[in-house]
Amino acid sequence: MNVFLWVIVPYLCLAVFVVGHVWRYRYDKFGWTTRSSQLYEDRLLRLGSPLFHFGMLGVVGGHVIGLLVPRSWTEAVGIDDHLYHYAAVGGGLVAGFMALVGMSILIYRRRTVGPVFSATTVMDKVMYAFLAAAIVLGMWNTIAGSIFSLGGEYNYREGVSVWYRSFLAFQPDADLMAEAPIGFQLHALVAFALFALWPFTRLVHVFSAPLGYLTRPYVVYRSRDDRPLGNAAPRRGWDQVPR
Amino acid sequence: MRVMAQMAMVMNLDKCIGCHTCSVTCKQAWTNRAGTEYVWFNNVETRPGLGYPRTYEDQDEWQGGWIRKPNGRLELRAGGRWKKLLTIFSNPKLPSINDYYEPWTYDYETLLNSPQTDTFPVARPKSLISGKDMNVEWSANWDDDLGGSQEHAARDVMLKGIEDKVKLEFEQTFMFYLPRICEHCLNPSCAASCPSGAIYKREEDGIVLVDQDRCRGWRMCVSGCPYKKIYFNHKTGKAEKCTFCYPRIEVGIPTVCSETCVGRLRYIGLVLYDADKVLEAASIEDEHALYDAQRACFLDPDDPEVQRAAEQAGIPGDWIEAAKKSPVWALINRYEVALPLHPEYRTMPMVWYIPPLSPVVDVVRDTGEDAEDRVNLFAAIDTLRIPVEYLANLFTAGHTEPVDKVLKKLAAMRSYMRDINLGRDPDESIPAAVGMTGEEMYEMFRLLAIAKYSERYVIPTAHAEQAHALEELATECAVSDYGGGQQDLFGEGSGYPTPVAVENFRMLQDRQTSDTLASPSDKSSRVNLLNWDGKGTPEGLFPPRDEGGS
Repeated sequence: MNVFLWVIVPYLCLAVFVVGHVWRYRYDKFGWTTRSSQLYEDRLLRLGSPLFHFGMLGVVGGHVIGLLVPRSWTEAVGIDDHLYHYAAVGGGLVAGFMALVGMSILIYRRRTVGPVFSATTVMDKVMYAFLAAAIVLGMWNTIAGSIFSLGGEYNYREGVSVWYRSFLAFQPDADLMAEAPIGFQLHALVAFALFALWPFTRLVHVFSAPLGYLTRPYVVYRSRDDRPLGNAAPRRGWDQVPR
Repeated sequence: MRVMAQMAMVMNLDKCIGCHTCSVTCKQAWTNRAGTEYVWFNNVETRPGLGYPRTYEDQDEWQGGWIRKPNGRLELRAGGRWKKLLTIFSNPKLPSINDYYEPWTYDYETLLNSPQTDTFPVARPKSLISGKDMNVEWSANWDDDLGGSQEHAARDVMLKGIEDKVKLEFEQTFMFYLPRICEHCLNPSCAASCPSGAIYKREEDGIVLVDQDRCRGWRMCVSGCPYKKIYFNHKTGKAEKCTFCYPRIEVGIPTVCSETCVGRLRYIGLVLYDADKVLEAASIEDEHALYDAQRACFLDPDDPEVQRAAEQAGIPGDWIEAAKKSPVWALINRYEVALPLHPEYRTMPMVWYIPPLSPVVDVVRDTGEDAEDRVNLFAAIDTLRIPVEYLANLFTAGHTEPVDKVLKKLAAMRSYMRDINLGRDPDESIPAAVGMTGEEMYEMFRLLAIAKYSERYVIPTAHAEQAHALEELATECAVSDYGGGQQDLFGEGSGYPTPVAVENFRMLQDRQTSDTLASPSDKSSRVNLLNWDGKGTPEGLFPPRDEGGS
């Protein structure tokens, strides 16, 4: 059971995540968009969307630090457990709270504003459920686990994080996850389910964050398509005459 | 000098009767799809009026286009790159659907299914956004022909500063129509605003397009365009814009809006310009100088040096020839009667307008004076400041001098041609008064009044040397490559589409080589219905009866 939950399922989800994105990018570039609904409604979006997105950026940053940076590294630069704990819980609470409030506003908007609701797909709803569950479970772990120590002391940097790094190194240690509190286990499972859903939802827009905008020239020039006119696709064999 | 070619348009506003044929045919061709109900690549506005979307010209509000910073460099009015990325989660300056209008349809089914009643059944308007019943309160041309002018036209942004002088009492109001498409600017602020780099300007003909595969729906282009000619398709989540009908232009025929224009007021042609000068011209400090600065970017196609440079830049010979014959070049630089729309946005727009003389002519005629007399018209242009100032707000950033000059040229042409048409001796002092010769004036009259299709639209086809690849010519040995192979590995419809020419060739071949006429045993049947009187069952009309019988 442990091997199934903490080795097979995560790798399956990871495989779907990677292959799914490659597939979606190759076959559905046209569908690769944020599917913005700002045209329909502006007031609530203006509040909720930046809250949620900036909150999520913080959450993702926190996860990168918490999961990928080993305890020994932070100790080596002189950050002891106590300081780290404060920074992590403080930052996590602020970012998580922003994301949660933002998401509540956005879901409320999606449900109550008619045009936005009718533009919502089934995939959107499923994705929202998993995303909300992951955020709520994550907040629960932070508040209940790290502040009030419900269910005993647990240092995820000795358990979950080590497992995650072993998972990324393709030498997964399932036992570490099996010993983690149920909150962490659920959070991880929901998150992996979300990763598996990812390529098939509008979440793909995360991977088109337009950072190139900062460096590219303002006006883009492009030559007419190299495709010949008409609908005949170029054939294998002779190259076209260079021009 | 870096020579580039730009496909450009000029519209002669005196001829526009506001019939909206251009808008309708454009919509039928390009935006009759779900998600683009409110999208008008071409629209016709009554001026004075609010425009579409409402008050789009108020850049203090919408923040479109460029501004010149104190250090002389251009910046997007809505903010630089960092600001754009930081506000990407919720675009602060996006017009909402209510600034356009909520598109609707009618519930026609109630008419068809209505039982017999004493009163007529009514088809209620249903919103295409929410699907619910709605009240129709605004549309793309709600203030057409100054409808509701007290309420709407008075809010026209271009009336700022002259509103006390403009009387909007109905009988005293001047009005004209302004058809608008995308400007295909030389310095497009939509492309500059696009975080994904999906909007590009084509090197060959300067047409500005959105790559639908690269657009990610950030919506910054909608805010960036001061003319609000980029629209967000709310079904696909992608930006869409006027394409200058590039599939038509590539094969040498005019855009749909031009082709169907009842007044024949549109001109299409090439303009050669120096791409190195564009940014400098757009950053010039004095807004009033922008019109001349943009004209200075254009290159004379008759100048041998320009021709040589164009050839070196890879512009084909037939394109240079077309640039020489371009009506757009003639109207902008030879006769100097065309003006850009809102040069103060600093985007270097490439759809230019010949301002209408009709408001002035109408006033002169209403006073009972001779409306074709040069002296009367010139005096009227000098005294009727309101229409002139209004036109200047539209076309020259408020600088009345160029508008004055253009209107006087048009007025002079009017009186000069009247003498000729009435068989009198032409008065050479009339063209001389506006700095033209009689011959030039006559040429200008020809181009403005009676130019034929081929003179109004001088459109070189996309690279003639690629014609062998054009679909229907198919002069390459294409046939042997099609059919067979493994293209239909995944069943019908997979693999590459068969070109129409090849398909026809094979059908013809089948017909010529088959043994039977009507029902070849291995092909689907074919029968000539014209010879069938409805009686009996000719062989091949119906599938063979199942002999087993059931």
